Amino acid sequence: MLRALFITFALGLAVTNNSAHAQVLKVAGPWEVTGIDPAQTGYVFSRLQVAETLVTADPEGKLIPALAERWSVSDDALTWRFTLRDEARFHDGTPVTAQAAAASLKRALSGVGVLSQVPIADIVSEGRDVVLRLEKPFSALPAYLVHFSTIILAPSSFDASGKVKQIVGSGPYKVASLTPPAKLELKDSGTWWGGKPSIAEVSYLAVGQGETRALMAESGEADLVFSMLPVSVDRLKENPRLDVKIATIPRTRILKVNAASVFFDDVEERQALSHAIDRVGITKVILRNPELAATQIFPPALKGWYASDLQPLGRDVARAKELLTEAGWTPGSDGILEQDGKRFSVTLLTYSSWPELPPIATALQAQLREVGIEIKVSVGNSSEIPARHGDGTLEIGLVSRLYSIVPDPVGTLLQDYGPGGSDWGAMGWDNQEIQGLVAKLAVTTNPTERAPLQRRAVEILQQELPSIPVTWSELAIVSSKRITGVQVDPLEVNYGLAAIRWAK
Amino acid sequence: MRNFLVARLMQAGIVAMVVGALCFLLMRVLPGDAAMRIAAGRYGPDARIAEAADKVRLELGLDRPVLLQFLEWLGGLLRLDLGHSLVTGAPVVDELQVQLGASVWLAASALLISLLIGPVIGIFSGLKPGGIADRTGLVGAVVFRAIPPFVLGLMLMLILSKQLGWLPPAGFGSPREILLPALTLALGLAAMSSRVTRNAVAAVAKTPYFAFARHKGLPEAIVVRRHGIRNAAIPVVSYLGLQAIYLVEGVVVVESLFAYPGIGHALVHAIVERDIPMVQGTALVMGLMFVAIAALVDAISLWLDPRFGRAA
Repeated sequence: MLRALFITFALGLAVTNNSAHAQVLKVAGPWEVTGIDPAQTGYVFSRLQVAETLVTADPEGKLIPALAERWSVSDDALTWRFTLRDEARFHDGTPVTAQAAAASLKRALSGVGVLSQVPIADIVSEGRDVVLRLEKPFSALPAYLVHFSTIILAPSSFDASGKVKQIVGSGPYKVASLTPPAKLELKDSGTWWGGKPSIAEVSYLAVGQGETRALMAESGEADLVFSMLPVSVDRLKENPRLDVKIATIPRTRILKVNAASVFFDDVEERQALSHAIDRVGITKVILRNPELAATQIFPPALKGWYASDLQPLGRDVARAKELLTEAGWTPGSDGILEQDGKRFSVTLLTYSSWPELPPIATALQAQLREVGIEIKVSVGNSSEIPARHGDGTLEIGLVSRLYSIVPDPVGTLLQDYGPGGSDWGAMGWDNQEIQGLVAKLAVTTNPTERAPLQRRAVEILQQELPSIPVTWSELAIVSSKRITGVQVDPLEVNYGLAAIRWAK
Repeated sequence: MRNFLVARLMQAGIVAMVVGALCFLLMRVLPGDAAMRIAAGRYGPDARIAEAADKVRLELGLDRPVLLQFLEWLGGLLRLDLGHSLVTGAPVVDELQVQLGASVWLAASALLISLLIGPVIGIFSGLKPGGIADRTGLVGAVVFRAIPPFVLGLMLMLILSKQLGWLPPAGFGSPREILLPALTLALGLAAMSSRVTRNAVAAVAKTPYFAFARHKGLPEAIVVRRHGIRNAAIPVVSYLGLQAIYLVEGVVVVESLFAYPGIGHALVHAIVERDIPMVQGTALVMGLMFVAIAALVDAISLWLDPRFGRAA
């Protein structure tokens, strides 16, 4: 009995070992498939090219056609018309009709996704066109249609009650099998308008631990691995069988301060906080890449939003102390600042779903102590930041904020620095000028008209510091030399699997 | 036998009630807003959580009276309906099938591998207490029990996956992928069972009937097989029941390290995301598993040593 079992194991070992490497492209990443609703894990299906949006973005952030081959806006800027490709087919063989696309978008509009932030009056189909009518002009609309929650699914994806029961998309790959939350197997859909993918089968595995992902790359068990930890990157770079590609992505780790609290209501206090931070030290030690020290809120990857001539944020402890004195704080007996009998002692809330946040928080604790600010670090769940923003009890939070939720950061700015601030943006900070600028940006499409407005918005954020940038982020992708054609997409819209080939 | 089964079934029923009620209460008294947690679990931290949380609250009726929600769960349980996951929306039973199935395979493989290692070493160690085999076995047992499963798993990955390239470091679905996590658990289990076996064998080896078998000239292998194993097995089998607890503990860590979608992994996620039906379902299944394992251990002990039955 035992011998039989052993033989089975051994045979299994030999057989799977040979066949698995023959043709399947093995991909590993940290994202689990928890539920198949597009608003939940649409990004897995859009990045792995199972489902498509009407519009997509190239690695430079430029909007390019996807399911819609072109789009236009009426003179009054209220009607947008997206013309679908004639040759587009869903995986069940039915054509991608304007009705199906409109129905998918209507569903996205009513759910939890970015579309609910667009002033949409109506979505209808007219021939091959999907027509979106707006209540007021909104220039960033096509950028919102890049978001994964707006993927277009076939009518056969939904059950009678409108719930998604399977993903029937229109991309180069279709779902062969899905074992939530960890495994997704894909194969050539044979129906893609863009042609046949070079590799016919793809297997995706969700691997939560970064170390395990690194070992999968090193042992040759995965051909393409996403989101490597900084500590593994150096080691992987040394490996002759692997290629490491790194891109700075539009995600910034910021200190979200409560500008209505006695600690941060003066701009001098926020500037002092910024001067007290040793960003280069943090990025060198914790992130292993000093170039990630955030000198302003947006990283260079966000073209038109990164201003190279802006006075960079940096460390100046003496200036920090001066500014705090100007704001009325004086050192107490234990070195911690005081004002009217109140100690400068605040709780910094952060969360561990980004593993680097807690160590950064403790580094900040030590650095701010040097200027007389006492920080108590509290590590919780990511939902506590919005909760404490909501009830006004947040003092200071360390968060990781994505500025390319849609490829036009106007959407994120509109939320974060609009009246009342937002969960992940400003708190207790009310700036009429930036609100006016962002509102104007939201209706201006012409890039030359937008440029000075964008520049002024960034200047205000740099001067006023309603959120204090600490570090930028990077995306590290490791690929085996068995494959070629891997591209890093800093916006993480599409990983371009269909273009990957086996190396000769 | 019928009394035995009835008693165990009643025990299972009580476990179900207690586990369900406790989970429900504990999840309720945890600080923080459940709707926020669920929204973060569903839509990820980049979403507009506060807004999503309002929709979640409305959709799931989280503001209804607590007692009503608990009674609903209890009613569902009586109809063998564990409800739907608040995060994925899938029936809890469906999720448990995948995850429990995976975990049972993992635990069973680990137990099997550990039985191939632990008791064998234990028998050799116990036959000559204080000998080389015994002392080496002790050192091995101390080392493997002392290393946390997480570290042991990483070490095995480094050696067997990275250096030798024999086994994949993560994944599931084929026998190749179960071997590493199973081995990680098995080494910890074997560390303990080898010592228990060693003591049992040493005790049996000292008995007059064992000595008599040797005196009458039976070959050592036959002595051990006829008079040693069955007698020494009684404490080992009782101990296997306790090992189930080590397995459940270890499984949580090992599953997340090896990206193995088991019940431990599911429970941790469900707690973080405040997915009450999933927590209740998972805890319930785990509780019932303990009852089942205890029953099985008792049954095997009874078969190994009929005196227990007569005494009872």
